[in-house]
Amino acid sequence: MDNQNTLINEVTDRDYRFGFVTDIETDSIPKGLSEEVVRIISAKKDEPEFMLEFRLKAYRKWLTMKMPDWAQLKIPEIDYQDIIYYAAPRQQAKYESLDEVDPELLSTFAKLGIPLEEQKMLAGVAVDAVMDSVSVKTTFKENLAELGIIFCSFSEAVKHHPDLVQKYLGMVVPPNDNFYAALNCAVFSDGSFVYIPKGVRCPMELSTYFRINAKNTGQFERTLIIADNDSYVSYLEGCTAPMRDENQLHAAVVEIIALDRAEVKYSTVQNWYPGNKEGIGGIYNFVTKRGLCKGESSKIYWNQVETGSAITWKYPSCILAGDNSVAEFNSVALTNNYQQADTGTKMIHLGKNTKSTIVSKGISAGHSSNSYRGLVRVAAKAENARNYSQCDSLLLGEHCGAHTFPYIEVGNQNSIVEHEATTSKIGEDQIFYCNQRGISTQDAIGMIVNGYAREVINKLPMEFAVEAQKLLQISLEGSVG
Amino acid sequence: MIESITFESTEQRIFQLFTENIALLNEGAGTLLRNDREEAMKAFQRMGIPSRKVENYKYTDLTKLFALENYNRAFRSTSFDFDMQEVFTCDVPEFDTHILFHVNGWYFDQNRTDQFPEGTIIKSMKSAWLENSELIEKYYGKIADSTTDPLVALNSAFAQDGVFIYIPDHVVIEKPIQIINLLRSEEDLYVTQRNLVVLGNNSQTKLMFCDHTLAIHSFVANYLTEVQLGEDAVADIYGIQNQHNGTAYLNGIFVRQERNSQLITNTISLHGGITRNHLQVDLQGEHANASLYGLSLTDKDQHSDIFTSIIHGQPGCHSNQIFKNVLDDNSTGAFTGRIHVMPGAKKTEAYQRNNSVLMTKAAKMNTKPQLVIDNDDVKCSHGATVGQVNEEALFYLQTRGINEKEARLMLMFAFAHEVLANIGVEPLRQSIDRLVNKRLRGEVSRCHDCKLTEGRSLEVPRL
Repeated sequence: MDNQNTLINEVTDRDYRFGFVTDIETDSIPKGLSEEVVRIISAKKDEPEFMLEFRLKAYRKWLTMKMPDWAQLKIPEIDYQDIIYYAAPRQQAKYESLDEVDPELLSTFAKLGIPLEEQKMLAGVAVDAVMDSVSVKTTFKENLAELGIIFCSFSEAVKHHPDLVQKYLGMVVPPNDNFYAALNCAVFSDGSFVYIPKGVRCPMELSTYFRINAKNTGQFERTLIIADNDSYVSYLEGCTAPMRDENQLHAAVVEIIALDRAEVKYSTVQNWYPGNKEGIGGIYNFVTKRGLCKGESSKIYWNQVETGSAITWKYPSCILAGDNSVAEFNSVALTNNYQQADTGTKMIHLGKNTKSTIVSKGISAGHSSNSYRGLVRVAAKAENARNYSQCDSLLLGEHCGAHTFPYIEVGNQNSIVEHEATTSKIGEDQIFYCNQRGISTQDAIGMIVNGYAREVINKLPMEFAVEAQKLLQISLEGSVG
Repeated sequence: MIESITFESTEQRIFQLFTENIALLNEGAGTLLRNDREEAMKAFQRMGIPSRKVENYKYTDLTKLFALENYNRAFRSTSFDFDMQEVFTCDVPEFDTHILFHVNGWYFDQNRTDQFPEGTIIKSMKSAWLENSELIEKYYGKIADSTTDPLVALNSAFAQDGVFIYIPDHVVIEKPIQIINLLRSEEDLYVTQRNLVVLGNNSQTKLMFCDHTLAIHSFVANYLTEVQLGEDAVADIYGIQNQHNGTAYLNGIFVRQERNSQLITNTISLHGGITRNHLQVDLQGEHANASLYGLSLTDKDQHSDIFTSIIHGQPGCHSNQIFKNVLDDNSTGAFTGRIHVMPGAKKTEAYQRNNSVLMTKAAKMNTKPQLVIDNDDVKCSHGATVGQVNEEALFYLQTRGINEKEARLMLMFAFAHEVLANIGVEPLRQSIDRLVNKRLRGEVSRCHDCKLTEGRSLEVPRL
């Protein structure tokens, strides 16, 4: 037992690996939020009138809202007037080749293990690298453009495809949805926009890396993915952030719209700075992610591996509006030290014969707190709806907490909804068994945790599965080979 | 001149009722209780009638129910012009019990001749306030917290009578104590009942609460039972709830368990307009053991809500919960189960399950099984399912020559059986089996033997 505790302590004592600050000049506006600031952001981005109206409407709504307090989280007071709402890397020239990109930025990505050029060559991944708020470089655009796929920064989309943006922006997450979504709607700086035309199967994984860089900058990303009839896309989102002592706010919004028979796979590996061992610093990750299975037989998959952030408040959800639509949520959430996570999903069944699956694996260590909060609602008209939910929690160390709060609301008789959850620590018998076979306790814990998370990691695209496994190992370093 | 109309809130109206009748309420109560009452009223005013916005009452909105003003209050005990035994004949064959009666929340002394072991106290709460103030002060209001739950606060504020049971150390009461709560009135009535059960170390008893409505009027019943289990004490608590559609039955059972004590509760809701069972178990001693079972059958516009909260405060405790719902017609059901494992409560085992069957399109079920776990040395699980009768099983039975209706009933009965199988007293189990069977066939609209003819149709407000 002592041995195990030492190991657990080693695990919990790990430092954050990706803590560094890139020195790039940023173009910031003063701290604080007001109608004026919203107008400045909109003006700086040269936006059409409908965007300004959208932002102002959201801002006015936000003023009337309160921070949600129902989550199993202790969130320190956040002064929304003490945040810079817009920061963009100063060099805003449009690059045609990688040589023109700020070398320092490139080396930052290299440190993160995402060399643009390498990925471009080898992995066949188009990377839309978002540094702070403005999209710096988009690769593979031409290849995608040939198929009619639009993959660009949000600001570009507003400029070049205003009709699409106007039609779909706010359709899934309206400005009045919740406190953080309203804030995002008012001040969002940039993000990614994806449109897959009818019948097109996107030939590569689309990916974007978010980084929070400029000090005291809240990052408000907005992603909009539209998959037209019979199309397919797999989208990757990965996050790492440099070390900070002050807490930073990240309130992103992701909207996915899947039309008839379209399929969207959205995978996330989240590794924001979680704060130090005493729980100081770290990112506040308050994200609203929601997909709408609008068309019949459409499919949306959320896959996520969450290891970072001081506080996570995140519920990637699906509205199954189309008949025969399918949604899945697969998640591994690991919390360590003083991290807090309240995450889960909502599956709203509206259409007939809709199916959803939820698999959530929580791992808590140190003094952290990890909650699953989910809602499965079957509307009266959603006949033959089917849901299966499983949420398991694994506890490492005696000071951590694992909580589950599922809500199940079933409004008709021919639907089947199942939920099950277990909470346990790593079994001493399992470790003993491994020891007996000559596997050290250290390796055994690693094996057990990886085996525990495998079900979800297997759902991730290849590139991410490797990274995710690495992340789990890093987070549990000292115990995992 | 136009008369000014003042709209007063439900809470204000209840407060007014409280102040107007304070003398009556405090009759026979000591200073401590008076203070307790005042504090409870203050707490209630702070919390108000729970609406759907209150998390613990998310699926049972009581604001409409309490907004009705036509309920009279049973502030005084009424005299009876009927013989208990005759009105209430649904006793269980071969099931010998000590029978106690409550009518409209008032303890009814029927000149019992039962002999109890020395030191045992079974009497009305009102007289216990006067005669057993030491015990009352020690336990009354200490297990159910008036400051956190509005219904507990309301009960504490208006509590006047109920039963007080005290079983001293090392005393075993073999015969089950049957507590029959009757509602009978010539007008719509609001009833408060407050019970306290204290088991000393190493003592044992079985309690059976039977709830019946014997009048064609509407009732709101706010019952609260506090149970203290001493070290190594063993208690079985059965609840059989069989009321008409005009009854809103708000029942709370709050238990505190000391070391090695064991509790089994079994809540069978056969009938009732709005039924809410709030079960809270505080495992305060090491190796305490609690098993909670429940079955709820609803039809028409009925609503049944089960709310459980198990607090694992000490190491080595064990808890198990199985709750089942069968929902027919337009009925709605809710289940909230919370297991809270405190830091330091090592070697905890806590399990919980809620299974529901929806019989019709219009029936609705909301379920919320929750785990809050603050240390790592635990084995906990919860599960919830909402579904319908297995079509394959139904088909199988039909191929064996059993008609569809009968096959469906068989499957429903099998579904319910898992809960019923846990009833430890054999004659009682058989009797409840029969009742459930009849109920599933739609033959029991209320207790089948009670001599009461169906009057006007009664409805509590739709939630």
